[in-house]
Amino acid sequence: MAIGDQNIKDLNAIRKLIKQHKKNDSIFAGVGLFVIATLAVALLVLFLDLVIDGYPKMNLDFFSNFPSRKAEGAGILSAWVGSSLVLIVTFFVAVPMGVAAGIYLEEYAKKGWFADLIEINVANLAGVPSIIYGLLALGLFVYEFGLGQSILTAGLTLSLLMLPIVIVSTREAIRAIPVHIREAAYAVGATKWQVTLHHVLQYAMGGVLTGIIIGMARAIGETAPVITIGALTFIAFLPPSPVTDVVPFINFAWLDAGFTVLPIQMFNWISRPEHAFHINAAATGAVIIILTLLMNGIAIKLRYNIRKKIKW
Amino acid sequence: MVKKQEIIKAESKEFNFHYADGTHALKDINIPLYEKRITALIGPSGCGKSTFLRSFNRMHDLYPGNKYAGEIILYPDNTNILDKKVDPIEVRMRISMVFQKPNPFPKSIYENVAYGLRVRGENNKRLLDDKVEEALKGASLWNEVKDRLQDLAYNLSGGQQQRLCIARALATDPEIMLFDEPTSALDPIATVNIEELMSELKKKLTILIVTHNMQQAARISDYTAYMYLGKMIEFDETDIIFTNPSKKETEDYITGKFG
Repeated sequence: MAIGDQNIKDLNAIRKLIKQHKKNDSIFAGVGLFVIATLAVALLVLFLDLVIDGYPKMNLDFFSNFPSRKAEGAGILSAWVGSSLVLIVTFFVAVPMGVAAGIYLEEYAKKGWFADLIEINVANLAGVPSIIYGLLALGLFVYEFGLGQSILTAGLTLSLLMLPIVIVSTREAIRAIPVHIREAAYAVGATKWQVTLHHVLQYAMGGVLTGIIIGMARAIGETAPVITIGALTFIAFLPPSPVTDVVPFINFAWLDAGFTVLPIQMFNWISRPEHAFHINAAATGAVIIILTLLMNGIAIKLRYNIRKKIKW
Repeated sequence: MVKKQEIIKAESKEFNFHYADGTHALKDINIPLYEKRITALIGPSGCGKSTFLRSFNRMHDLYPGNKYAGEIILYPDNTNILDKKVDPIEVRMRISMVFQKPNPFPKSIYENVAYGLRVRGENNKRLLDDKVEEALKGASLWNEVKDRLQDLAYNLSGGQQQRLCIARALATDPEIMLFDEPTSALDPIATVNIEELMSELKKKLTILIVTHNMQQAARISDYTAYMYLGKMIEFDETDIIFTNPSKKETEDYITGKFG
């Protein structure tokens, strides 16, 4: 009888304990939900506010008109073309360099104090305020190399900003590849380069792409460094087209052209006293947010698709 | 101790191994591998048997600071595969390996098997097709996968994945195959399949296997080496090791008094 009583008592204690633990579970879930909801609502309010304010300007003319003294006719043609061209330069500079650097640091570099030093510095570079990059670019690209206040300069500047993001995400993606997969490749007689090319790079591609797109999304919204190197704030012409009708059908004159970008255009309109220009600014802001969300969405989708094919 | 007329395929002579952290993992190991025979390495965890096995395809070279001393001679060409002048990739092209956990590449079944040939520069489609089929048949996996060679390898079961890894190691016609506890992650039926496969494979090549499972060593191997604390305690024909070992330590381990 005594034994039976003992068991029932224990059971009650256990049930009480489980109840307490489950309460902790729901408290944490509740706090988490609250935090997430706050962030989501903040972003949504910000975005909706811009959309509502800028709604009158949300039409095709806005994208195909140059900025103008008259707010009604003003558009963001030169700004989005400028942003696109700058991003193209950024992409072609930062991606090969960043991925190559990530692979080198992770696969080839001898581990030691020097590699550690580089690692710490790269991680820190990702957190350096962007205006510092602007100052560096002004001294280096504009004055030292004489590249002028051009699309090329802006692209190079933003690629400096993007490089650490690409390097860090490449290294993390490479580190996530299990040792036993690498050893399997080495064991059949692959060289280091073959392992890198056929395995490491392919399996890391999801993480690398994510890093690239998040880096680009950051670059598209950057204002300070682009202002520092002297981007124009009012521009009513387009750079020369990269594609021409004479052989070899592409030209690089656009690299040397003056330009503006979306956030600068927005900044310019905000600083105008007339309300009509503020509507333009809000519309531009909405465009930037949509572009950023779109790019992040693509990153998530790509990563998901690639991860689905790779398991170990 | 070896009564039969056997051909030596490889031999470790006064082989020592130091890990980068200074651990003296293997001490003066002398073990011969006889051609077309299965040699099993047994011993308690941490005795150095996997370290020894992984020296045969220079896997330790992948991590800086590891040091080999002594020789592992590969016959008939008398190559010391530990020699600094011998490229580890050359060694791995002659000696292939199957790992403890099935580790197929996240690629198709076909590409997994063909990969060893691809790194050798082989791109002839018909030759690759033939080799892949031959290797999959050799690993007795062909009938199960012949209709879905382009499927991803991880869709296979654990036992099938391990046989795929055997096919991958087999496709390059290795002289020696290394098995590092190949069935420890598999269920009993898959284990029996792999054991039967190894008995089949030894008709063509030399096998070195590390196993935790003494019954497995007794079932499939021709020779057995008992290792303890980085030393080779006893090497002999498997029957003798398991019925009449000459060393007390071996007997204690075999009979379960120790380990």
